[in-house]
Amino acid sequence: MAKLILQKPKGFYDSFYRKPGDKENTHYCPGCGHGIIHKLIAEAIEDFGIGDRTIMVSPVGCSVFVYYYFNTGNIQVAHGRAPAVATGIKRANPNSIVISYQGDGDLAAIGGNNILQAANRGEHITVFFVNNAIYGMTGGQLAPTTLPGMKTSTTPYGRDIQNEGPPMKVVELLSSLDGPTYLERTAVMSNASIAKTRKAIRKALQCQIDGLGFSMVEMLSACNSGWKVDPKEQYKWMEEMMLPTFPLGVVKDVREEREGWFRETRTMTDEAIKQELDLTMPEPTIFPSELKKGSYHNPSIKLAGFGGQGILSAGAMLANAGMEQALETSWIPSYGPEMRGGTAYCFVNLSNKPIGSPTVTNPDVLMAFNRPSLEKFEAEVKPGGLLMYDSTIIDIEPTRKDIEVLPVPATQIAEDLGNTRMANTVMVGAYIAQTGIMAPAAIDQTLPLALKRKTMVDANKKALAAGVDYVMSR
Amino acid sequence: MSRILEKPRTVVSPEHCKGCGLCVMACPKDCLMQLATFNSKGYHPSSYKGEGCTGCGMCFYSCPEPAAITVYKKGAEYPDD
Repeated sequence: MAKLILQKPKGFYDSFYRKPGDKENTHYCPGCGHGIIHKLIAEAIEDFGIGDRTIMVSPVGCSVFVYYYFNTGNIQVAHGRAPAVATGIKRANPNSIVISYQGDGDLAAIGGNNILQAANRGEHITVFFVNNAIYGMTGGQLAPTTLPGMKTSTTPYGRDIQNEGPPMKVVELLSSLDGPTYLERTAVMSNASIAKTRKAIRKALQCQIDGLGFSMVEMLSACNSGWKVDPKEQYKWMEEMMLPTFPLGVVKDVREEREGWFRETRTMTDEAIKQELDLTMPEPTIFPSELKKGSYHNPSIKLAGFGGQGILSAGAMLANAGMEQALETSWIPSYGPEMRGGTAYCFVNLSNKPIGSPTVTNPDVLMAFNRPSLEKFEAEVKPGGLLMYDSTIIDIEPTRKDIEVLPVPATQIAEDLGNTRMANTVMVGAYIAQTGIMAPAAIDQTLPLALKRKTMVDANKKALAAGVDYVMSR
Repeated sequence: MSRILEKPRTVVSPEHCKGCGLCVMACPKDCLMQLATFNSKGYHPSSYKGEGCTGCGMCFYSCPEPAAITVYKKGAEYPDD
């Protein structure tokens, strides 16, 4: 039934709590196309009765504040990422109606790949793409959609297509993919075009409600502030400047050919995840440890060496075990792009208090696995701290007198056990023996987590024990 | 109090209007105008001339502000103040 009163749609909040004072106006400039498009969407949400299951994803740009206006679920996301976030929301809540609202800088520039992938997957989301040919909020810079010859703050001589390329036609681009179901370009520039836009918004939402797949409406929209034209001239400007580049109409519509379907959510139990990741292990046991000195409490540890020496794994052994021993732990790797031979560092914190920062600048404990690491990091160790180094392959000695120094012939011990690559585990064994921070059994039980090759678990247990023995028999 | 309208009419809320003039351009019956007076934000708000509205709603859909324009069609319940 036709409505007798046209008024602020219920798809909007009654009040907009964006800032103190005015709670009934939007933040948009006079004459802005966003406001008109907002109204059309809010009206459709009300008429379709989907407000309670609609989630709007707002972008970066002028429409960043969408969440202050729409009486729906709202989430504001990083620049260009709205289709990715919308994907997650829709997949986790297949019954929701997910709307990604994006401008042209957001969607076509930084988010270009996000929209391509979401469209190609045929995500069951609706994208309302507001194309005003410019970056509005940031001050009128060139967008991918900026028109030939158009002056912007970054194209003072006008967009030169030999320099900046021609405007990007997004719906045409997406129409080359098999994924999307419904793609249309409309304009908000006259009574007739606004009526068409209103219809297109409804078709796009209905497409999602019916489970037919990805729908998007590209709406040419005025940004009189960015274009530096009077609101009364903006529609003439659009007709002269935008329409020659951006033809209006349905670009793709295969709703008739598609069968509606709704995704069933699949959630994995914790058990299934552990199984899948091969993390099944018995309930951890907490083994008592005996810390030897006060300064060994809550250590910040830096492990450093070459890639391939197992630096990261050694850190992971400590961190995994620490977690199961009910300690707060952090582990951060830092390494070059090479799989072997580059520098490899790793920072580990073990603490009985929450850890503020996981990075370690001045470690309590340094484990140096090669000479460059010793040379580089010896000076960083806190006074009274512990410096351990692999004395098989490091042919110099630390010079500092204000720290405890523990040489460990880790590579030699590992070679005696048959595999030099276990030097890292030997070093971990030496460390826990020296400090008493954890019982060897604590490392043993989580070793499978740190080792990629599970066949090496037993050999590494021996290496760990050898490291412990080395320190205990010194 | 309210009454049922026999003739359609458009009501512009002067404090919600930002004076862009799009509704004036949109009205096919030319029955909206911009006032010479200012609202509290310094805009010249639009206003219904008082005659000629057909209740087509073009002004409502042309207006970017959610609450600036309300259109009462023939037969609508109109809140008298």
